[in-house]
Amino acid sequence: MKMNGARILLESLKREGVDLVFGYPGGTVINLYDELMNVREIRHILPRHEQGGTHAADGYARATGKVGVAIATSGPGATNTITGIANAYMDSIPMVIVTGQVPTPLIGNDAFQEVDIIGITRPITKHSFLIRHAKDIPTIVRKAFYIARSGRPGPVLIDFPKDVQISQAEFKWPETIEIRGYKPNLEGHQKQVEKAVEMLLVARRPVMYVGGGVILANAATELTELARTLQFPVTTTLMGLGAFPESDPLALKMLGMHGAYAANMAMTHSDLILAVGARFDDRVTGKIATFAPHAKIIHIDVDPTSIRKNVRVDLPIVGDTKDVLVKMIDCLKGQTEKVAAQHSAMEAWHEDISGWKAKHPISYKQSTSVIKPQYVIQKLRELSEDDAIMATDVGQHQMWTAQFFEFNQPRTLLTSGGLGTMGFGLPAAMGAQAAYPKRQVICVCGDGGVQMNMQELATMVQHRLPVKIVVLNNNFLGMVRQWQELFFDKRYSQTCLELPMDFAKIAEAYGAKGLKADKPSEVEQVIKEGFAHDGPVIMEFKIAREEKVLPMVPAGASLNEMVLNA
Amino acid sequence: MQHTISVVVENEFGVLARVSGLFSGRGFNIDSLSVAPTSDESLSRITIVTRGDDAILEQITKQLNKLVDVIKVLDFSEDNAIERELALIKVAAEDESRAEVLRIVDIFRAKIIDVTPKSYTIEATGSPIKINAILDLLRPLGLKELVRTGSVAIGRGAKGWKG
Ligand SMILES: Cc1ncc(C[n+]2csc(CCOP(=O)(O)OP(=O)(O)O)c2C)c(N)n1
Ligand SMILES: [Mg+2]
Repeated sequence: MKMNGARILLESLKREGVDLVFGYPGGTVINLYDELMNVREIRHILPRHEQGGTHAADGYARATGKVGVAIATSGPGATNTITGIANAYMDSIPMVIVTGQVPTPLIGNDAFQEVDIIGITRPITKHSFLIRHAKDIPTIVRKAFYIARSGRPGPVLIDFPKDVQISQAEFKWPETIEIRGYKPNLEGHQKQVEKAVEMLLVARRPVMYVGGGVILANAATELTELARTLQFPVTTTLMGLGAFPESDPLALKMLGMHGAYAANMAMTHSDLILAVGARFDDRVTGKIATFAPHAKIIHIDVDPTSIRKNVRVDLPIVGDTKDVLVKMIDCLKGQTEKVAAQHSAMEAWHEDISGWKAKHPISYKQSTSVIKPQYVIQKLRELSEDDAIMATDVGQHQMWTAQFFEFNQPRTLLTSGGLGTMGFGLPAAMGAQAAYPKRQVICVCGDGGVQMNMQELATMVQHRLPVKIVVLNNNFLGMVRQWQELFFDKRYSQTCLELPMDFAKIAEAYGAKGLKADKPSEVEQVIKEGFAHDGPVIMEFKIAREEKVLPMVPAGASLNEMVLNA
Repeated sequence: MQHTISVVVENEFGVLARVSGLFSGRGFNIDSLSVAPTSDESLSRITIVTRGDDAILEQITKQLNKLVDVIKVLDFSEDNAIERELALIKVAAEDESRAEVLRIVDIFRAKIIDVTPKSYTIEATGSPIKINAILDLLRPLGLKELVRTGSVAIGRGAKGWKG
């Protein structure tokens, strides 16, 4: 059957199982939006800014594991998605972004609202397509989704000129697609796996170092099984939180710049690091020269470029982390005696670790007069549901959430790791809530970043997305202020947000609920009331203004040179 | 160390930008780059001369392979490939130096492709080392203009990479 290009695109999205998109109309997508009225199966959420829409699609993808879809018009609509695309790229989030483009004959003429969005986003997309003919749309959409979700996932952009949206073609969904230059290596090499298992079984001070790749590959169950079988301690990156239950005695919690003392000490003293879906980012390794000086490193990753990019690796295994972990578990099945022998040989190591955990647990000084942010996070954990989804913004509050909110399930933390994007949390939470209307979705923000995409409160109210927004208000761009305090002689250049804002009133103005607490004794009541409300809420907590995130490995220092209390 | 990498890519618009963008974005060096379609019209071949230690070269090859439009990456060395370059050289040639230029052209089996009373334009092909050598001899006589294609390379032996 013949249809116009706009309809072909929407039909193609349906074939890919898309039932929800986040988008914003404009001149070059007006035809697409007109057709959308005829396609009931696709729910559309209208954010109040394209950046919000892109982060929402990202949050949706993180929470569900499905490909998030965002739509924007050409020119300013397209450029507004850039931060959202870069954010998804850095954290390997599967997303498809459809941008309108000026009619094909006008491309290159500096036409009204024309930008070369493919050129602008080339370094921050996994791939991109310009649609030239309506007949190509199904194949392009299918390729875009396949590229976005397979291998190391990432955002793919489709640029869709207005004239192609109008032109007619036959809708033919391709049974198969072939991309000759793209063949992600998913199967771990069996021989490498066997070699790795041999190394695992002779280690005496092993650590499993786990990143977001495990969550992206839906391999948390396998990872947990392997760790428990081997009785290996497990540390996770910020992106890996939730891949292994932090309530488990084997959990070392997060490592790196604001990681747990025990995790960083374990890495430093380890004789074998099993890295799974993690990329040895500088926030994790500290000074490279002194990173894990005694350890052999086994690195499992689906992306060969991640291997040996930052650190030497003794045994690389390229493959889907789930596939490799399953092979390792199978390989261990016949070796129960060796496994048992190793358990006893690791006793001294487990004692060392318990010692480090006891010596410097992640902790804070409670106060009766002023609200400590860490206390708020602990209360949030205590009062929230086990499967609650936690989104964060970027700053001190993000690190406190990572440290004090115990993450026990994959896909329950949505946070901007690679790009560190202020303004991400609120719209990401909105995207997750749109995916799971019944689940509890919480968003912890700072007073700075919450104002970067605050407009999405309107979207939450309009689409009945009952996100529980927590603002930890220190009247500072706290994380930067902390660096200024520690490394710039307390010269607080442009980090003081002195204006006495009333976040509760802003919530009310949007038609949401606003609550606030000034004293520790009010915290529990506010959280309970906020959680009980069935619409979006802002809960503002006036916190200790100069509280710091500790411990801390100063940038460029070694992992074992932690500032524990300053 | 200098390295010649041959990249077989989809012959589509934007592909060269992706490849060169990868080099500039990640701070990899490009000493020369040449690109043209192959006998299979859907494919292009890009030859890049780059520099770096083993770790950098490993990253370059892996990153190139990661691009969706890249079909094959061949890392050439002196023993497994033949490398050639073409140079068009405009050199001053008056009075006694006219004969000298002709002698040099003859020795290097180059060709004169344009003549004026004051200059010769020379076409030279060969390995980059040979091109550098002829240039070293011509330079003292007065180089007016130099255009080089950059290296192209092909693997040695009977086996070909189709396309
Ligand atoms: C878009 C963007 N701009 C600037 C920064 C740099 N930055 C990182 S944390 C931070 C402070 C955040 O302040 P706030 O949102 O109040 O959170 P707090 O650290 O106080 O918890 C800033 C400015 C950033 N990460 N993202
Ligand atoms: Mg703040």
